[in-house]
Amino acid sequence: MARPRFRVPLKGLFVGLKTTMGIFLQTMFPKRGIKTLLPAPTLGAVTVQYPHKSPPEVPAPRARGVIALKSENCTVCMLCARSCPDWCIYIEGHKTKAPPRRPGGKERTVSALDRFDIDYSLCMYCGICVEVCPFDALFWSPEFEYSETRLADLLHDEERLNEWMETVPEFEPYEAGSTAKVRKVPR
Amino acid sequence: MTASVLAVDWGNYWQQSIFRVAGAAVFIILGAGTFVIAFLFKMMSYMQSRLGPMEAGPHGTLQLLAEVGKWLQKEDLVPDRADARLFKLAPYLVLASTFLVAVVMPFGPDAYFVNLDTGIYLALALASISVLGIIVAGWASANKFSLIGGLRAAGQLIAYELPMVLAVVGVVIQAGTLNLQGIVAAQHQGEIFGWDGIGNPFILTQLLGFVIFMIATQAELTQPPFDMPVAESEIVTGYMTEYSGMRFLLFFIGEFATAAVFSAIAATLFLGGWAVPFVDLDDNVMNVVGPIVLLVKMMLVGTLIFWARFTFPRFREDQLQSFAWKALIPLSLVNILATMVLKVAF
Repeated sequence: MARPRFRVPLKGLFVGLKTTMGIFLQTMFPKRGIKTLLPAPTLGAVTVQYPHKSPPEVPAPRARGVIALKSENCTVCMLCARSCPDWCIYIEGHKTKAPPRRPGGKERTVSALDRFDIDYSLCMYCGICVEVCPFDALFWSPEFEYSETRLADLLHDEERLNEWMETVPEFEPYEAGSTAKVRKVPR
Repeated sequence: MTASVLAVDWGNYWQQSIFRVAGAAVFIILGAGTFVIAFLFKMMSYMQSRLGPMEAGPHGTLQLLAEVGKWLQKEDLVPDRADARLFKLAPYLVLASTFLVAVVMPFGPDAYFVNLDTGIYLALALASISVLGIIVAGWASANKFSLIGGLRAAGQLIAYELPMVLAVVGVVIQAGTLNLQGIVAAQHQGEIFGWDGIGNPFILTQLLGFVIFMIATQAELTQPPFDMPVAESEIVTGYMTEYSGMRFLLFFIGEFATAAVFSAIAATLFLGGWAVPFVDLDDNVMNVVGPIVLLVKMMLVGTLIFWARFTFPRFREDQLQSFAWKALIPLSLVNILATMVLKVAF
């Protein structure tokens, strides 16, 4: 079988060399008037030195940063804790009586939340707990800057998880024509 | 003769040998380190609009120390079914060939470790020893990726050894000597159509030879676009797959030290070596300025090598072989023929 003849793409070789050298020079000598002659790669590169400088853009609103808890909605049903692949959610509760819905009615039996912890050193950000929660008590927040020097500090307690609620963005309406159920419970 | 630190004409055999080994080690480590930091870390990053390592030292200049420290701490693994003795020997074989080439490089009129009449011949002969180390590494690892990588490397290095040697022959014919000092002198004393201002760097008359030499160098270093032996998308890292820690570090240093040494050879053969125009060859100053001039020329050649490395994608195995045998070798033979004819004519 005749093999197709291999031709050296001479023009393409030079175009490639020109491209890489062009980007090199752009990075090394960004355009800034007379000072262009001084090499300043930190200005020319696309990279931002993140921990030293703030990032140029915030994460998308639906980014998976941290999970926030709205305690009032939680019924201690344990669905999230049981569905968590890492077993990183700790829930404790007790049975208690709530006032009747209508005047003269019977007192209701409800569960009260004693403890709701998420161990972010175990969490793998799968989001199953958020999906599975039937009462909209768990939300994704795009916030991501909560690293700690001590491993144990990554265990966020109920209070801290409630604070994350402030960073949860407003619910965005679905695209036109979406058949997904619109959420009835606003946060 | 003026006293020079480097010219080894003192002491007994063992003192000279120890001095040469220490000198070559300094050259290898400094050369490889400079190339890694300047080209692999910084130039490559800038070409991709990145910054590269920035945390260790100012602009990440101490990053290499951190990397070496990390590698030295790693466990030295030998696979169960590997031929342990050969497996451990292989990286030293590769590094030794680079090491020995560094010994014959001249840095100034009296600044050299060895001044052999057959300098460039010895350099090219020693450089091809690294093939043995690579085949040994590929065979002894008891790993199919390593074996394929080793065999590919063997085929490639042998195929590109030829055009490299043939390209050098053109220079040797024009200079009329195999001695590296003689080649430097020939370029310094040469003249361009009667004008002897800047001498006659052989890149002008041997441009074809220079291009062939640089392409062959690229292949000898097994780096893109000729990185078939270590093609990570196909065979992990080829013959280096099973290596870890110190021994991987030796391969890594070997790769970049070879790049530095080949740049030094190219600078000596084609760019005039350590000599500077308008300065007398025997001037004692050249013993100090010479090494710096050679380093600058090495960096120029290195820029060319790594520029191509970071630009081009990989050749396919058959393209790689046919390029060497069907294009480079005939071209270098034509180059030799033309050099011969012109040498006799002028």
